[in-house]
Amino acid sequence: MGDILVITEHLKGEFADITFEMLGKARELTDSSGGQCIAVTFGSMSGKAGQLGAADSVISVGGSDDYNPESYAASVQSVVSAQSPSLVLVGSTSMGMDVANPVATTLGIPVISYCSNMSASGGGFSCTSSMYGGKMNVVTNVDNAAVVMILAGFFSADAGKVQGSPVVENFSAESGAGKVRFKQLIEPEAADVDITQSETLVAVGRGIGGKDDIEVAEELAEILKADLACSRPLVDAGWMSKAQQVGKSGMKVKPKVYIALGISGAPEHIEGMKNSSTIIAINTDKNAPIFDVAHYGMTEDLFDVVEELVEELE
Amino acid sequence: MKIVVPLKRVPDLVEDLEVGTSGKALDTKDIKFKLNEYDDHALEEAILLKESGSVDEVVAMAVDGEGVDKMLFTAIAKGADKAVKCTGGDPADSHQLGKVFANALGAESYDLVFTGVQSVDDRDGQLGPIIASYLDVPCVSAVSGVLLSGNMATVQKEYSGGMMGEFEVDLPAVIGMQAARQAPRYAPVSKIRQVQETVTIGEIPAGDMGSGCGSSAFSMAPPEKGAEAEMLDDVESLIDVLKEKGAL
Repeated sequence: MGDILVITEHLKGEFADITFEMLGKARELTDSSGGQCIAVTFGSMSGKAGQLGAADSVISVGGSDDYNPESYAASVQSVVSAQSPSLVLVGSTSMGMDVANPVATTLGIPVISYCSNMSASGGGFSCTSSMYGGKMNVVTNVDNAAVVMILAGFFSADAGKVQGSPVVENFSAESGAGKVRFKQLIEPEAADVDITQSETLVAVGRGIGGKDDIEVAEELAEILKADLACSRPLVDAGWMSKAQQVGKSGMKVKPKVYIALGISGAPEHIEGMKNSSTIIAINTDKNAPIFDVAHYGMTEDLFDVVEELVEELE
Repeated sequence: MKIVVPLKRVPDLVEDLEVGTSGKALDTKDIKFKLNEYDDHALEEAILLKESGSVDEVVAMAVDGEGVDKMLFTAIAKGADKAVKCTGGDPADSHQLGKVFANALGAESYDLVFTGVQSVDDRDGQLGPIIASYLDVPCVSAVSGVLLSGNMATVQKEYSGGMMGEFEVDLPAVIGMQAARQAPRYAPVSKIRQVQETVTIGEIPAGDMGSGCGSSAFSMAPPEKGAEAEMLDDVESLIDVLKEKGAL
C-alpha cells in the first residue's frame, strides 16, 4: 500500500490530541501494510516536528498559524495531489470538516465520516463509521485513495505521542482565493464553575424533558456537592450555559464520578466524558450508547430514580 | 439578500433502529423520520436574520419525497418566504444530494446557503462543504453566529473547549450551521394547515446527480457491546456505588 497522510490539527501553538490519535493509528497501519506515515503541518508548527516522531516525515505547508477553512483546505489539496497517498486522515472535527470534504470532492475521491475504528484488510483498509448517534456501526472497505475523518477520542493519543526527529520538507502549497479571512480567536466567557476541575458531575441530557425539570438534577447536585453539566441540546435550547457543556464543542471532563441523566451518548458527547473514573448512566433506552462507556447503569425513569435518591440522602 | 436553506429528513433516533435485509442500511419501513435538527437550526438562523432586517428572502429547499411537502409547509409557517422542491431524483448519498442542491442553486439566485453542519446519516461527508465544492464558493462549517454587512458575512466558528474563530467570508457562500442563536421555533398546527391551503411549493428538476460518493457501505450493525455497564436494580445499590466511589 501507499503512504498515509495525517493532517495535523493545532490551536494556540499546540498540537491537538486528535493529531496524536491519528498519528498513532497511521503508524500502526503503515507498519502492517507498508508505505510511509507522513504528517502535514501548518504555519510554524513544523518547529515542533520533534513531537511528531510517530511519522516517517513531515510536510510543512507553511502559511498562517491561524486556521483558515479556505487556505488550509487548498494547501491540503495541493499536497494530496502531489503525493497521491493511499489514505488521508483528517479529524472529524470542526476544522477537519472544512478540509476533508472539499479536498475529497474536488479531487473526486471518497470521504468517509465518523471513523471510530480502522484496520488493514485485504489490499486496502476497513473503516468503521459510528453513525445514527452511535446506534449503528457502518463498515466501508477502502481499496483506493480516500479521505477518512477520524472521530476524536477513539484511538490512543499516547500511541502517537512519540518524540523523534522526522525529516521536515517545506512544500510550496496553494493558499486559496482569499475569500475567507481569519479575524480573531474568541476565548470562552469566564464561567462561575470550571467543570473540568469538578470531582463529581451531574450531567443532564435531552431526556430531562424541559427547562423546569433541570431543578431535579440541581437538587441532586447540591446534595452530592457536585457541579451541574449537560449535553449539547440543552445549550442549544438555551436552558444551560455553554460553560456547562460536555463534549466535542464543549469541555473535556474527567471527574471521579460522572452521573449521566437522560443522556443517550452520541459520539460527540462521549468524546468529552469517557475519561471519567466512574460513569453512572440513567436512561430508559436500554440500547442507548451511553451504556457502552458507563460502568454502572439503570434503565429506570430518571425522575423516579433521582427523586428517590434525593429522598434517601436527605 | 437571499438565503437558501436546504432541508433533509433523517431517522428519528428515539426510534429503535434495525438493520434492513440488505445488511448495509437501516430498515426504514416502520421508523419515523424528522427534520435534521441541525437543518432546523440553519432555518432558524436564516429566519432570525430576516426578522432583524438584514435578509430579504428565505427559501426552504428539499428533494421531493415522502413527508417533504409537510416539512416545507412547516418551514413557511415558521417564517420562510418560499419553498422549492427538487423533483425527479432520489439521491443515494450526500454527494448526489449536494449535486441536486447545487443544480437547483444554479437556477435559483442566492447570496447564502445555510445547511445543518452534519446529519446522523452522512457517512460520505457533510452536505454544506460538498455543495460549496460543486458551486465553487467558500464554506465555513460549525458556525453558531452570523452577521451580515454588504457583500460579506462575519461568522463565528466553534472550536473545542468553548473557543471560537471569527472569520469574514465573501458572498456568495455556504455556511454549515451548528446552532442558531436561539432554539428553533415551533409552528402551530393551525398555521401549517393555513399555509398548506394557500401556498404552492415551487418545483425544480433534480437534474444530473453525478456518480455519487465513490464508496459504499459494506455492512451495518449495532455496536458490539464491550465491557457492559453493571446494571443496578434499585436506588440502594446506586447509593452504595456513590459511597464506594467517593461521591458521598
